[in-house]
Amino acid sequence: MSVRALAFLFWLWATALFAQGFAGLGTDAEGFAIPQRGTELTFPNDHGAHPDYRIEWWYLTAVLEGEDGRDYGVQWTLFRSALAPESSAGWDTSQLWMGHAGITTPDRHFVAERLARGSIGQAGVVADPFEAWIDDWSMTSTAATDDQLDALTITARGMEAAYTLDLTATGPLVFQGDRGYSVKSASGQASYYYSQPFYEVSGELTLPDGPVPVTGKAWLDREWSSQPLAADQTGWDWFSLHFNDGAKLMGFGLRGATGVFTSATYIDADGTPTPYGDGALTLTPLTLTAVAGRQVPTEWRVELPARGIDITTQPTNPQSWMDTLFPYWEGPLRFTGSHAGVGYLEMTGYE
Amino acid sequence: MQTVLRDVSLSLEAGKSLALTGESGSGKSTLLTLVAGLDAPDSGAIRFQNHDLTQMDDAARADLRRGEIGVIFQQFNLIPSLDVAANIAFHARLAGRADGEWCSELAHHLGLADHLTRYPEQLSGGQQQRVAIARTLAARPKLVLADEPTGNLDEDSSDTVLDLLMSGVRDTGAALLMVTHSLRQAKKLDRRLHLSHGQVSP
Amino acid sequence: MKRAAFSALISHWRKHPIQLVSLLLGLALATALWSGVQAINAEARASYDRAAGILGQDELQRLEPRTGTIPLADYIAIRRAGWLVSPVMDGFINLNGSRVRLIGIDPLTTPPQSAPVDLSGDGDLQSFVRNGLFFAHPDTAAQIPSTLPPVRTTETLTPGIIIADLSTAADLLQTDSFARLILAPEQPINLPPLSDVAPDLLLVAPEEGNDIARLTDSFHLNLTAFGLLSFGVGLFIVHAAIGLAFEQRRPLFRTLRALGLRKSTLLGLLATELFALALIAGTLGVALGYLVAAALLPDVAATLRGLYGAQVSGALTLNPAWWLSGLAIALLGTAVAGAQSLWRTAHLPILAPAQPRAWAIASLKSLKRQALGGAGLIALATLLAIYGSGLTTGFILLGCLLVGAALTLPLFLHFALNLASKFSRTALSDWTLADTRQQVPGLSLALMALLLAMAANIGVGTMVSSFRVTFTGWLDQRLAAQLYVTARDETEAADLANLLDGQVDAILPIRYIEASIESAPGQIYGIIDDVTYRENWPLIAADPDVWDLLAAGEGALINEQLSLRENLAPGDPVTLGRAEFTVLGVYSDYGNPRGEAILSLAQLRAQGAPVQGLNFALRLPEARVNEVTDLLTSAGLPARNIRDQAAIKAFSLDVFERTFTVTGALNALTLGVAALALLTSLLTLSTMRLPQLAPVWAMGLTRAKLARLELLRAVILAALTALIALPVGLALAWVLLAIVNVEAFGWRLPMTLFPRDWIGLFIAALIAAALSAAWPARRLATRPAADLIKVFAHER
Repeated sequence: MSVRALAFLFWLWATALFAQGFAGLGTDAEGFAIPQRGTELTFPNDHGAHPDYRIEWWYLTAVLEGEDGRDYGVQWTLFRSALAPESSAGWDTSQLWMGHAGITTPDRHFVAERLARGSIGQAGVVADPFEAWIDDWSMTSTAATDDQLDALTITARGMEAAYTLDLTATGPLVFQGDRGYSVKSASGQASYYYSQPFYEVSGELTLPDGPVPVTGKAWLDREWSSQPLAADQTGWDWFSLHFNDGAKLMGFGLRGATGVFTSATYIDADGTPTPYGDGALTLTPLTLTAVAGRQVPTEWRVELPARGIDITTQPTNPQSWMDTLFPYWEGPLRFTGSHAGVGYLEMTGYE
Repeated sequence: MQTVLRDVSLSLEAGKSLALTGESGSGKSTLLTLVAGLDAPDSGAIRFQNHDLTQMDDAARADLRRGEIGVIFQQFNLIPSLDVAANIAFHARLAGRADGEWCSELAHHLGLADHLTRYPEQLSGGQQQRVAIARTLAARPKLVLADEPTGNLDEDSSDTVLDLLMSGVRDTGAALLMVTHSLRQAKKLDRRLHLSHGQVSP
Repeated sequence: MKRAAFSALISHWRKHPIQLVSLLLGLALATALWSGVQAINAEARASYDRAAGILGQDELQRLEPRTGTIPLADYIAIRRAGWLVSPVMDGFINLNGSRVRLIGIDPLTTPPQSAPVDLSGDGDLQSFVRNGLFFAHPDTAAQIPSTLPPVRTTETLTPGIIIADLSTAADLLQTDSFARLILAPEQPINLPPLSDVAPDLLLVAPEEGNDIARLTDSFHLNLTAFGLLSFGVGLFIVHAAIGLAFEQRRPLFRTLRALGLRKSTLLGLLATELFALALIAGTLGVALGYLVAAALLPDVAATLRGLYGAQVSGALTLNPAWWLSGLAIALLGTAVAGAQSLWRTAHLPILAPAQPRAWAIASLKSLKRQALGGAGLIALATLLAIYGSGLTTGFILLGCLLVGAALTLPLFLHFALNLASKFSRTALSDWTLADTRQQVPGLSLALMALLLAMAANIGVGTMVSSFRVTFTGWLDQRLAAQLYVTARDETEAADLANLLDGQVDAILPIRYIEASIESAPGQIYGIIDDVTYRENWPLIAADPDVWDLLAAGEGALINEQLSLRENLAPGDPVTLGRAEFTVLGVYSDYGNPRGEAILSLAQLRAQGAPVQGLNFALRLPEARVNEVTDLLTSAGLPARNIRDQAAIKAFSLDVFERTFTVTGALNALTLGVAALALLTSLLTLSTMRLPQLAPVWAMGLTRAKLARLELLRAVILAALTALIALPVGLALAWVLLAIVNVEAFGWRLPMTLFPRDWIGLFIAALIAAALSAAWPARRLATRPAADLIKVFAHER
């Protein structure tokens, strides 16, 4: 199986590069459903898959501290990509699934990846009781009451490392954008997007040197769409930040030919979101690091003047390179400045 | 192409011997092959008994050679695959007049009796030539042609071999035409002719 | 000096163009046959490797079911346990009547090592998983009707195989289960043991050298042996030509040496000359070899398909390595053939007599020595036949036998001619025979070549004909039913059985399971008790009550291959699938490289594996065949699903005939090369024989008569050689049938003699000899008298 071919398919979810090679898909949904402003998301149904949308993901990042005092990060992601807006049993292959798992330590970065076709049981998501899985990797609800995502167990395993984490949410689900309708470009491309940023984590990493008990915070993003990015957008820089005071910030910049389109959501410690449109957030790369043969900005200045936020981020491991079919940078960070805390950074589209 | 012999005329009667002498390239060997019917002259006539060899075809000339003419070469030209006895009898048998007694008498006479089961390559030059002589005489030809029969032999065996040849020819009543460059040997024959540049001089 | 010497040396070839031609031709032909065979082998091996490489079977471990297939649920369970395995569907579909193997893969889980097709093009993956895109070799793609999914052609696949996505394959093969699971070479940490996760599956190691390659090894060894034989025969010519050219140039060598040319320089020049000649002939030979291979490959491909089910492309691809190896073998051959001559030249005293010794004159003593060596080899062959085992030993035995016989040939000819001369009554016949004997050493190499070619011809011919007789008889036994019917599904099978009830004498279902037989993959058939089997089945060895016991489920029949491979006889236990059975009988099963077994149908069903096969054999009176055929077609069964006995027999025999086309062609070529060897030897001898012929001519034989005798001599020698070739050929046939076939194919064949073929070959050999001698004889008949007269005058 050619790496390039799969990377090609999964461009769908990840990058604006996609729009250049795959004519029309970025802007034309070809029979797929398209997010509509004002649609009310309902749970637990919307925790599950939306096969009539082209792309979807269950994206969890955890910023962890080990009993050994070191910083760690964990990623667990399940992507769904539809070749056709349908889903049925048997050998139908309209739905493809991809899992990414990452474990970041200050000096190592472990990556694993899985692929599966839908409808045969190798991968999928059920909303209630919630489970998302691909092969032996899973994200399973352990919530007894209330929302299915309030408590989760996640596990994943690679060639050298593995993890199992228990997550408990200390706050509510948070809608991004306009009650979950998140605009992704000036020309109006949008997705459904909600998060659960309030997880407290405990669990264990299995590293080559042995098991490491860890605790920390985690953030789950849920997003689905059929027309993710504008044609000229080449990549993005995406932050999820946990302030020490309990507040959260989600912010991203979509890099395009005409400049950067930014968007941010400030989340109070009680879960009240405040969305900020294009231009409110400023992202400034500070330090470029040579990663996998290219220059990637690993330290950033993040400014949201509306909230008096002016911080500088420091990666736990600048080499947090996800060497997957479609490669990208994803890793934990600490930040200082006007505020202090921990977070996760994802960067795509750096050639 | 070059003319080897020109205006050569000679004759030989039954029971007589004639020596043909001359330097190398004088054409004496060519003359011999013409007389033997091995080759044909460009013009002229070669008569043997009542036949004109030049009027005969290849097969007829071969018949004549087989029946009436014996040739002895300088190189002996025995048949290497046959033993001495078979070599001696060979021509006679080809000619259809094999005579065992006559063959063994010849072998005895030529001092080959002890070598009958040997092969030519096991014999000395003198012995080989004696076999060649025996082979020719065994066939009782009317004409014996000899081309430097002792040319490859030392002087002693030359004389012996020549004497044997001469006496054998005499006994069978054949005519002998011998090519030689040795005047001493030529003198032993009845007549001598000298060939020079393809011309005869007495 | 060097340049002048070299031009003096090579001027020889200008004066002796026939020698030059025979040298070049001999070497070119030898190289051609050898490299042709190598090209065929290489092409076939590449095909096998591709076939094995398709699914990474040559590198990766895999899980296989003990019987049947692997259900989807089991696959998912293994994946969900964390093991990285990739499923493969594998089955056959009918395309316009021909069976094509359809392999379904999952591009999402296929380890890179086992990726059979390239899906990197824009939209390829989507076409593959969504639109059912096929990948196939162009030959196979041409067979795919337009009603099926689109096809992408690729030369990297073996013909007869289609690669498709699992979803496509599931649809066409009507299955939800897998033939095997391929294990990724790297697995995640801390996995549960495979024996817990997949207790019912066998972990199969990568196939070393792969099955097909192993199965076909014997066939290729056969081809290689023939190639080697042809090469050897060609080298006879080369050896003769080089030997002569060196002999004739001895005066020149002496002169050059006397003029101050160093020995090493002379040898260097001669080696350069040979090298140049070898290069020219080698290039020519490799080009010819390509043509030979291209001409033979389609038949070889058919053979491999018919005999082993191996798919080999009928088109030849050029490979630089092959060209180089062809040239190398030409150089090597020249070196071997020229070594003796060079060695002799190196040891030639500077004042040796200028007179060339008669070419290759061998004394009786050396003939005897040679024959003694030959006898030793034949004795060794006998010992190997009695005590040896294994295919390689079989071929060594063949080599010993052939070379041994060839070495004894000259002495045999010598004595035979001696004996004949005892009965000779005329001077002419005396001389003819004696002179023929004289020629033996000079012609011995060519005659040995003729012997080898004829013996190979008789041996292989006898083998093939014996095989044909046995095979035809066996087909009559195996195909005892009149009609063979294939239902399209189980329902139709049941309907047909109802329809035919009472219409025919017997309905014999043909059912089988795929199962491991003594831990090798194979098929187990289930049969009902019927008089057809009792009367016709070709049993080689059996328990007296074999059919009753089989019907009672008391044991199994096994085929000869399995019996020979595992050394099983009636009464022994045999492991079939998961159970053990008693061997009740052994049946012959030609054309099948694998082990096979037969149980009663009830026993087969009890094995717990999915029973396959929707075929029926129908016994009925010959007169009702058409009627029943009509009945079946009117019931909706397509005509192609009904085949009568005659059609199947014709098909099987056709496969058989094509199987041996190649052998036959190589045989004929070898005979041709031998005839050429004879021709060139006679040509070269003809000039050297003038001193032997001239005295006889002087004593009254015409040149025409001498020429006729020359022709006669060649025929006599060929006839005598043919005489000795017969027993050698029969011995060869016996070795092929009783040793090589058993080792290579797993079946023993009775030897049948075909004297009529021998007469044909005998006549062919005489004609070949007469033709070879015709030209030299004609040259003699028309030779100017002056040439012969020269013999008397010249110093030789």
